[in-house]
Amino acid sequence: MKYADEFRDKEIALGLARAIQAEANPKRPYRFMEFCGGHTHAISRYGLEDMLPQNVRMIHGPGCPVCVLPAGRIDMAIRLAERPEVILCVYGDLMRVPGSQGGSLLRAKARGADIRMVYSTIDAIRIAEENPGREVVFFAIGFETTTPPTAVMIRIAERKQLENFSVFCNHVLTPPAMLNILESPDIRNIGRVEIDGFVGPAHVSIIIGTAPYEFFSEEFGKPVVIAGFEPLDMMQAILMLVRQVNEHRHEVENQYRRAVSRDGNLRAKEEVSDIFELRDRFEWRGLGLVPYSGLKLKRTYAKYDAEVRFEMNELKIADNPACECGAILRGVKKPVDCKLFGTVCTPETPMGSCMVSSEGACAAHWTYGRFRDHQQRRAS
Amino acid sequence: MCLAIPARVTRILPDDMAVVSIDGVSKEISAALIENLAVGDYVIIHVGYALTRIDPDEAERTLEMMREFREGQEAAQ
Ligand code: SF4
Repeated sequence: MKYADEFRDKEIALGLARAIQAEANPKRPYRFMEFCGGHTHAISRYGLEDMLPQNVRMIHGPGCPVCVLPAGRIDMAIRLAERPEVILCVYGDLMRVPGSQGGSLLRAKARGADIRMVYSTIDAIRIAEENPGREVVFFAIGFETTTPPTAVMIRIAERKQLENFSVFCNHVLTPPAMLNILESPDIRNIGRVEIDGFVGPAHVSIIIGTAPYEFFSEEFGKPVVIAGFEPLDMMQAILMLVRQVNEHRHEVENQYRRAVSRDGNLRAKEEVSDIFELRDRFEWRGLGLVPYSGLKLKRTYAKYDAEVRFEMNELKIADNPACECGAILRGVKKPVDCKLFGTVCTPETPMGSCMVSSEGACAAHWTYGRFRDHQQRRAS
Repeated sequence: MCLAIPARVTRILPDDMAVVSIDGVSKEISAALIENLAVGDYVIIHVGYALTRIDPDEAERTLEMMREFREGQEAAQ
């Protein structure tokens, strides 16, 4: 595939690895957090960590929208789907995410709830048109990348005067979560990771641009390099971060220039700001309540807001105490630190959200990383 | 969830829709988020929407920089 295969060349990857090896100062650690789950997935899939010197470490961040969705929101969706008039449309990744008491959308569907997996918001519109006697609700989830498609869908619903259509909105924002990782007050309980720089998200940045990260580099003195999702993109970004650290720079650099600009996609940003506004706070699995980190529909669009339309009650549910997703999403622990990893908790029977989505740290490590653990054990 | 892939635009349809080719497979997507999409453009597709055009010159420049690392390696051998 053009614009993918060229960025997977093994010889170049090895060359970049040698450059990182040569330039990283062996006397100091380099701890870089990749915020985005897509990067976590790529790192595991291509075994990039094996190509890095010992002192250059990648820390997996909370950038997987499925993983950070708290169990309470899943339970709210299940309750909604159990209403006989409702058809709930969801992205497939959500089906297995555990709610409370072993519940999930998949189980609710098996019990008879009308839950339909969709690939795109366009499909949800079509289902609403085909079922005028039913209430079609779209379970909207995702970071800045996925919000514009939800906005466009609401616009289309308005234009088509769909009266049986609404959205259960769970869209969240990247910069407030990054801020939370660096300065949250409850860090004392869960511990803090030292971070020397960020690999900035690829597709989120397509929409919001590089400008929103300038605050971090200035305020916290941390370098940020926006990187594409292919292995060469990641390796080049890591080299750029090593160089910034060595030169005591903390700037926003853009490795993914072929798709990301400073201002992002203006049209998409406009659609989003027309339809959504900030929530005062939103709960994240692992991070707790994060101020101004989630979106809801503006009051003018209240009739499309499922939370208003169905008077949905906020549900708070404590996470499974044995699941370490919270600490993993903060980068404080690794999947193998969890007692349930690979025994009780697997992608087939996930106990926590990090095991559900292929972008979750636990699922990525389960699929691609176990070999490495094994090899390392044998080597040591 | 955040998966997105490059694809080539092969047809423009009415109502802000378009057809793209992903490794030879055709798929209908929404072009509502991009102005003046044209046949032959490469775009990044996510949940059925084109998010942005890929800039061919920037892509080439990035690759050019990357290739130097391969040559460097060969020279060192
Ligand atoms: S292995 Fe399962 S239970 Fe443990 S942290 Fe990961 S998702 Fe949670």
